Amino acid sequence: MDEPVDVVKVDQLSKVYSGHGKELTVLKEINFSVKAGESVSIIGPSGSGKTTLLGLCAGLDAPSSGSVSLFNQDISKLNEDQRAVLRNDKVGFIFQNFQLIPTLTAIENISIPMELKGLKNIKSTAMSLLDRVGLSDRAKHYPNQLSGGEQQRISLARAFSNNPKLLFADEPTGNLDGDTGAKVEDLLFDLNRENGTTLIIVTHDLELATKTQRRIRLKNGEIVEDSRV
Amino acid sequence: MNISFLIKTALLDARTQWGKLVLFIASIILGISALVAINSFNDNIVADIDNQSASLLGADLVVTGNKAIPVDLATMLDSLPGERATEHELLSMAYIPKNDGSQFVRLKAIEGAFPFYGEFLTTPASANETFRKTNGLLVDDGFLKQFKLTAGDSIKLGTQILPIAGSLDNNPGGAGIGSGFAPTIYLSLETLKSTDLMQAGSMIDYAYFHQVNEALDVDEWKSQRRRTFSNESMRIRTINDQRENLEEAFNALNTFLNLVALVSLLLGCIGVASSVFIYIKNKVNSIAVYRCLGMKANQAFFIYFLQIMIIGMLGSMVGAALGSFIQVVLPKVFSDLLPFAIETTIAWPSIFQGLTLGFVITSLFAMIPLLGIRKISPLRTIRSNVEEGAPTRDPLIYMVYGLIVISLFLYLFSITGSLLDSAIFIIGLLVAFFVLYLFSKLLIWAIRKYFPRNWSFVFRQGLSNLYRPNNQTQILLVTLGLGTAILSTLFIVQGLILENVASFDEGEQPNTILFGIETNQIEDLKQKTREFDMPVVEEVPIVTMRIAGWQGRTKSEWLADTTRTARRWAINREIRVTYRDTIDDSEKLIAGNFVGSVNPGDSIFISLDEGYAENLDVEIGDEIEFNVQGMLVKTYVSSLREIDFTSMRTRFFIVFPLGVLEQAPQFQVLVTKSPSEDVLNAYRSDVVKTFPNVSVVDLSSILKTLNDILSKISYAVQFMAGFSILTGIIVLLSSLLLSKFQRVKESVLLRTLGASRAQILKIYATEYAIIGILSAATGIILSLVASWLLVTFQLDLEFRIQYLPLILVFFFIVSLTVLTGLWMTKDVVQKSPLETLRKDV
Repeated sequence: MDEPVDVVKVDQLSKVYSGHGKELTVLKEINFSVKAGESVSIIGPSGSGKTTLLGLCAGLDAPSSGSVSLFNQDISKLNEDQRAVLRNDKVGFIFQNFQLIPTLTAIENISIPMELKGLKNIKSTAMSLLDRVGLSDRAKHYPNQLSGGEQQRISLARAFSNNPKLLFADEPTGNLDGDTGAKVEDLLFDLNRENGTTLIIVTHDLELATKTQRRIRLKNGEIVEDSRV
Repeated sequence: MNISFLIKTALLDARTQWGKLVLFIASIILGISALVAINSFNDNIVADIDNQSASLLGADLVVTGNKAIPVDLATMLDSLPGERATEHELLSMAYIPKNDGSQFVRLKAIEGAFPFYGEFLTTPASANETFRKTNGLLVDDGFLKQFKLTAGDSIKLGTQILPIAGSLDNNPGGAGIGSGFAPTIYLSLETLKSTDLMQAGSMIDYAYFHQVNEALDVDEWKSQRRRTFSNESMRIRTINDQRENLEEAFNALNTFLNLVALVSLLLGCIGVASSVFIYIKNKVNSIAVYRCLGMKANQAFFIYFLQIMIIGMLGSMVGAALGSFIQVVLPKVFSDLLPFAIETTIAWPSIFQGLTLGFVITSLFAMIPLLGIRKISPLRTIRSNVEEGAPTRDPLIYMVYGLIVISLFLYLFSITGSLLDSAIFIIGLLVAFFVLYLFSKLLIWAIRKYFPRNWSFVFRQGLSNLYRPNNQTQILLVTLGLGTAILSTLFIVQGLILENVASFDEGEQPNTILFGIETNQIEDLKQKTREFDMPVVEEVPIVTMRIAGWQGRTKSEWLADTTRTARRWAINREIRVTYRDTIDDSEKLIAGNFVGSVNPGDSIFISLDEGYAENLDVEIGDEIEFNVQGMLVKTYVSSLREIDFTSMRTRFFIVFPLGVLEQAPQFQVLVTKSPSEDVLNAYRSDVVKTFPNVSVVDLSSILKTLNDILSKISYAVQFMAGFSILTGIIVLLSSLLLSKFQRVKESVLLRTLGASRAQILKIYATEYAIIGILSAATGIILSLVASWLLVTFQLDLEFRIQYLPLILVFFFIVSLTVLTGLWMTKDVVQKSPLETLRKDV
């Protein structure tokens, strides 16, 4: 059997914010890689650099030094539009605050990545995803007509709509109560398994972290633990 | 990715958002409607000038002069084929026996079938014929209404009491204004002769009308004979001349209206830019999500560009429709200033032009915030405090600024026709922009530097809002300041124009002039004046004469000389001269010696008005020979005077000394002052009954007419300025809306932490009051500079600061800013913090 390839490879990654004559180092020479199909949680206290690391890995931000490769492509060598194409093609996102487009209905929100990709028969795929997250009766509802849990399920459906190879989740249950959060978690891992997606979750929630195969703990911008279950 | 997806997304994204673009649409609608309304109105005027020139002139060719046409010229005219008619026009008094009233009137005696084009609208319709065939009068309907007269009543003109044949309901050939001062009465020439008003020395204007067949080119005919006629002080006018005169007269109105439209459009554009900016700010998160999901920067830009363009196009069309509707109202606003009724039709070229220009300019202004979309980072999805690049460093933004300046310049050039004027306007605008920007920078710096740390929390909070990150101080100061500057410049200039014209004030000046007095009537008339307890302020003899030659050459020799510098009008005019031994109060001797009297047989020394001497190109010591009703009189220029033309006195280009003209045929003018309108009416009726040939002119009625005209102009100006004011308010609203988004979050937090409603309101009141005060003050200072430049260099008027309108503008802007600012925060203070927080502001 072939060795799984590196989906994410982070090499000597640093991020420094400067302003008002001062420099603030958020990430210091981070190194790690994530294999295809792996599920990884990035944990650590507030301000440890978790979200910054996620942003850099997903190509939403540019590093101060070092590099991030997604699917063997150094994304720091891509321009913003090329990174956008890469995201659309291979990456999915789930956010703590759902980030649904308020002016689009549930089904329209789910359809965006497919539309961007120029796929056909979008509606049926979107409907089946909607069905998969148990919200087929909410297709025409706007985000503000949905509860937090429902919005995050729509967000999950959207994240999987382009069949991503890699899924980034930023505190996916952070804005949800315990029960709702648990249901969303289950759904997230189920979908992940079904699709064979590589999953990177940033979370405070240690219980959620235990559900991933691997935990990377950050403290003051450095990796202090990288353990596999 | 296909384009249809982007279009679909644009439409889907916007469908619940149309309401948020109300200010954007309102700005476009107002800007474009002003432009289309004014352009259409101008188009219709030009079209109507073409249509109506014939009926305004009433004939193909008209020869006018203030003397009867000489025989040789009459022969020339007689050779023209076609119909002819004549008109004798003179000013006189009319006495109304029915109610013992009197009125100064313009008599027009017609012989022939004038007008050949257009028609007299009369009540009854038959009056148009009656007045030509009988001794009946066709009288201006306003005059009839004023004196409650109807057909069948009578009016005394000169020695005759004549019946009224009917009323004249239209006013062919003249604007509505001014008719209140000397209303027109049409009558037949025979009837006029019977009144004995046509006497030697009467000031009669003659007009000879011709309708020729189409085969004859009257303009060609005119150009061959113009000189011959003008040598005899007769003027030829054709329909083409009439058209050109009208077009020239409307040019000024045209330019003014176009500038007003441009100001409205510019304010509208500021509204467009700031409302699109608000809209995009609202959309930043959605855009970040699109970007995160793989949309390219240019695709995201295209989605919103498409939305704005579609709405912009719809708004432009509504604006064009509204503008076309408003131009139906415009002729009513300007009706008293126009010589004919404007026919309003839909002016498609103007609509097209307005739509194109409006659309181009508003799109360019909308591009400024739209281009920023390309810089929105997908990182915003996980970090809400990401700064979106620096859009001002985007080279495309500079290109858009450049295009705005170029298109404005081209438009200005197309309406003013002057590169310099267009450049000055644009530079002025840029300077104003820069000054306001600099001032806002200075303000932010000063507040930070000298922050009053021991003032109350509420005040400090309001003050610190001015410099915190993402503050709106600069954009508010610039937009509000620019709006204030444009509005108050309009007010200042308008006020100064009106004030300069209205400086013909009544004051202690005489208010009644009697003219057409025969020498043997003067003593009796003075006696009568004193009986009414009215002073004889001036008693002036007038002798009419013409120039026969000067500097040793005859008038004909001078006229034939192509190298002469003397002006034709100065040579040819019939001169009304007086004689006296002193200089008048309203005159100033500026050169030579004023000679008060001469002995019989001595050289005659006369005094000339400085301007007249210049036009005749004569100097002190030069010889001038006059033809005084057949007798040649040789004189020498001994002095030059400067005359104050604004004083209500008689004034003469030429003054003779005593001892020369006493025996020449002459008439007298008497100037007096009546204490009240009642006394004047009684005096006027008495004079008209005893001396029917004497005209009594009430100067206060001229002033009243002048005021009337001015208030009509001012009304028209204010109507147009209303467009700018309305757009200005929209700009203000959108500027303040901009800051709302910055403030809501902080207010909610403050409310959560326990700030009272009153505290929040005070914080905002402080912030908006400072912005309002500073932008209004800066705007007003800028407008003072701009209007000083305009008034001094463009309009050539005296500049004076008018405090009242400026104070009003200041308080208007400040209160509007504070009230709108507080109104914007009503959501925050009225709702519970929880409710607002749940909305994820």
